[in-house]
Amino acid sequence: METLSALAGGFAVALTPLNLTLLLLGCFAGTLIGALPGLGPVNGVAILIPLTFAFGFDATSSLILLSAVYFGCMYGGRISSILLNIPGDEPAIMTTLDGFPMAQQGRAADALAISGVASFVGATVSVIGLTLFAPLLARAAIYFGPADYFALYVLAFATIGGIAGVDPRKTLLSAALGLMIACIGIDPITGIPRFTAGNYHIYDGVDPIVALVGLFAISEILVLLEKRGKERAATIRVQSWLPDFRAIWSTRGAMTRGSLVGFVAGVLPGAGASLGAVMSYAMEKQVSGGGGTFGTGDPRGVAAPEAGNNAASGGALIPMLSLGVPGSGTTAVMLAMLVSLNVQPGPLLFAQQPELVWGLVASLYLANIALLVLNLPLIGLFTRLMMVPTWALMPIVAAVSFVGVFSISNSIFDLELMIMFGALGYVLRKLGVSLVPLVLGLLLGGDMERNLRRAMSISDGDWGILLSSWISVVLYTFTALFLALSVWLAIRDQRRAKLFPENRTSK
Amino acid sequence: MNTRKVTALLAGAALSALASLAPASAQTTECIAPSAPGGGWDFTCRTIARILSDLDLIDGNMQVTNMPGGVGAVTYAMVDGERPEDENLIVATSTVGVTQIAQGRYPAPLDAMRYIAMLGADVGLIAVNADSEIDDLAELTEIMANDPGSIVTAGSSGAGGWDHIRLLLVAREAGLEDLSALRWVQFDAGTDAVTQMMGNQVDVVSTDIGEIAGFVESGDIRVLAVLSDEPVPAFPDIPTAVSQGVDVTGYNWRGVYTGGDVSDEAYQAWVDRLETLYQSEEWQEAAEESGLLPIWRGGDEFTQYVQDQEEAMAEISREIGIIE
Repeated sequence: METLSALAGGFAVALTPLNLTLLLLGCFAGTLIGALPGLGPVNGVAILIPLTFAFGFDATSSLILLSAVYFGCMYGGRISSILLNIPGDEPAIMTTLDGFPMAQQGRAADALAISGVASFVGATVSVIGLTLFAPLLARAAIYFGPADYFALYVLAFATIGGIAGVDPRKTLLSAALGLMIACIGIDPITGIPRFTAGNYHIYDGVDPIVALVGLFAISEILVLLEKRGKERAATIRVQSWLPDFRAIWSTRGAMTRGSLVGFVAGVLPGAGASLGAVMSYAMEKQVSGGGGTFGTGDPRGVAAPEAGNNAASGGALIPMLSLGVPGSGTTAVMLAMLVSLNVQPGPLLFAQQPELVWGLVASLYLANIALLVLNLPLIGLFTRLMMVPTWALMPIVAAVSFVGVFSISNSIFDLELMIMFGALGYVLRKLGVSLVPLVLGLLLGGDMERNLRRAMSISDGDWGILLSSWISVVLYTFTALFLALSVWLAIRDQRRAKLFPENRTSK
Repeated sequence: MNTRKVTALLAGAALSALASLAPASAQTTECIAPSAPGGGWDFTCRTIARILSDLDLIDGNMQVTNMPGGVGAVTYAMVDGERPEDENLIVATSTVGVTQIAQGRYPAPLDAMRYIAMLGADVGLIAVNADSEIDDLAELTEIMANDPGSIVTAGSSGAGGWDHIRLLLVAREAGLEDLSALRWVQFDAGTDAVTQMMGNQVDVVSTDIGEIAGFVESGDIRVLAVLSDEPVPAFPDIPTAVSQGVDVTGYNWRGVYTGGDVSDEAYQAWVDRLETLYQSEEWQEAAEESGLLPIWRGGDEFTQYVQDQEEAMAEISREIGIIE
């Protein structure tokens, strides 16, 4: 009851004309920023921070604007994943797996609608979680130590093998490449540079967004150059401009499961939206993946990761607000802004500045509705993007990629690195190696290593610490079950292949 | 029609992004934050830029550029190689930058740049969990001296970073001879370290007080000492280490440098400008809001201070085996 009246007060704050305007502007700008490859929520929020100072908004209004941009980016990231096979930002990478095949089959409108609704469900679940359980869940983060985070990453990597591609060896190769690239840069534990060849530009490691844009956008352009730009426009026939609402309803289970998994990943400050999307997708594939439709345009493969990454981004606000611990790059930037506006996130924030917290929560409800309303009618517009001939579209993609990557660091070196990743992506595509595990290795590998090293520092080198808490034991049990299930399914498929030999060649 | 709209939309977005990246013209001044947006260096640049222009201390606006990489090394190399004479350029730095230089992690030595001034500082603290058995600094130093292996310490820097080094200064003062006997765990932020301490993963945290002030107020952690000369205004009841007989201070100052070949006049002009800024109400307010203690050191005094600090850092880094 107390929560409800606090929330009502929050709506009073959020519904002032200024805040409502900022909210709508933020949603629109965020969707656009998220959709452009290379420009993600971190840039979007960072670019807007000086603006909020310039206009002299108070902390609540600034936070509402930035959160709307953040949520908008999470919605927008899926658009280029689905239409172009180029993730708009890191967490949207899982959406390429089934979203792009759907678009190729002419079902872009369905994919956009399903992912839009899934984003709405995921984000709403996380905001409800934030409303009801924030102080409680903040405490959960305290019980997760480095060894437990390591176990969580082990689980995530165990699922990667089954995520993408036909040949598990190529998937493992790709993930291993990603892990190797994640080792580049200053070792955060000891401060010693590794594999940098003395080049200061990679002391901070390879920015995943640079790798992502290079691997997906630049390699796409290279592939196009090879084909002389004739193929795609000719091959794709758009089946419908309007989404099929039965298709959306049929993914309700995937959306719900994805939301819950993503929310848990978001609440844990060491995990985040990318991990949320990966786990949601992997779990959905296990739960309902029979028939091998995942990866070939299964609507549930779009719904689960989109619900997951949006739920995670809402969940990440919990440790940010109640502990001052950022769960992602974006929340880190928002945190810095709050501090410079004299708001001290931490255990007392909910008690000391209720109007700020509840104003934010209320505006997140409104932002979700605004984003859904904004996104659904735009589906027809975005779908028509598929009709743009690639020779006209790709130069724009190239321009946006270069501008986006340059805007992160103002560094020519990053552009060169992006082109190198483009070449690598081209070669791997030619070899039939999926690029998704590579990016996941790069995105998750660094955190996995850091948490292992922290656990080792705590125990002074005793490996026993990895199994010393019940949380990690439970997580390893899940991992073992997951792997056993995968092996069992593989053996079963092999037996079937023996029984029906004509299928063997097709496999 | 719609196709064209979308194309125009995308092209427009690309153009506006390009416009925001347009390089500064020759007359405008620039402050480079050698980090991503958010965080201390970014705050230094953005606050200086805002107040300089509010007080009309510069013509027009000061542009703030983020140039992350190598904990400031990328910017250091760029200024050293390309813009050593640019008198319109200042770069944010802090104790962290000097630590990197002392450990040989920057491409050029300390005297490759001209250090203009420090404008404020974050104060270090040493804290334990609220229900910890360690009640005061004396108990902690006793454990450090006699049984350093029994506790796990943590903070937001890696081994050999500033959070670690200032804790080791306390340990050395306490009488610990083999400084590498004290276990150290790196976390990404001070709040991370505190959260892990509340979960009993680590026993002692050494970090800046500003970032974790919320936990001090809420009583979740117990601060054994602040590493400043005088108690911090926001928490007057927390004793300093000095007042408890441990003669260690650990400020994380925030300041700026400019290129090594900038003329004496231009250098002095920056010192004067920033001193005016420092004395303004606006700066005092901004510093306090973000948990900084306003402290001024400028010109030659600051240069000497930075040199002394580099030597002290190098010495303790050698002692713990971070550098040869």
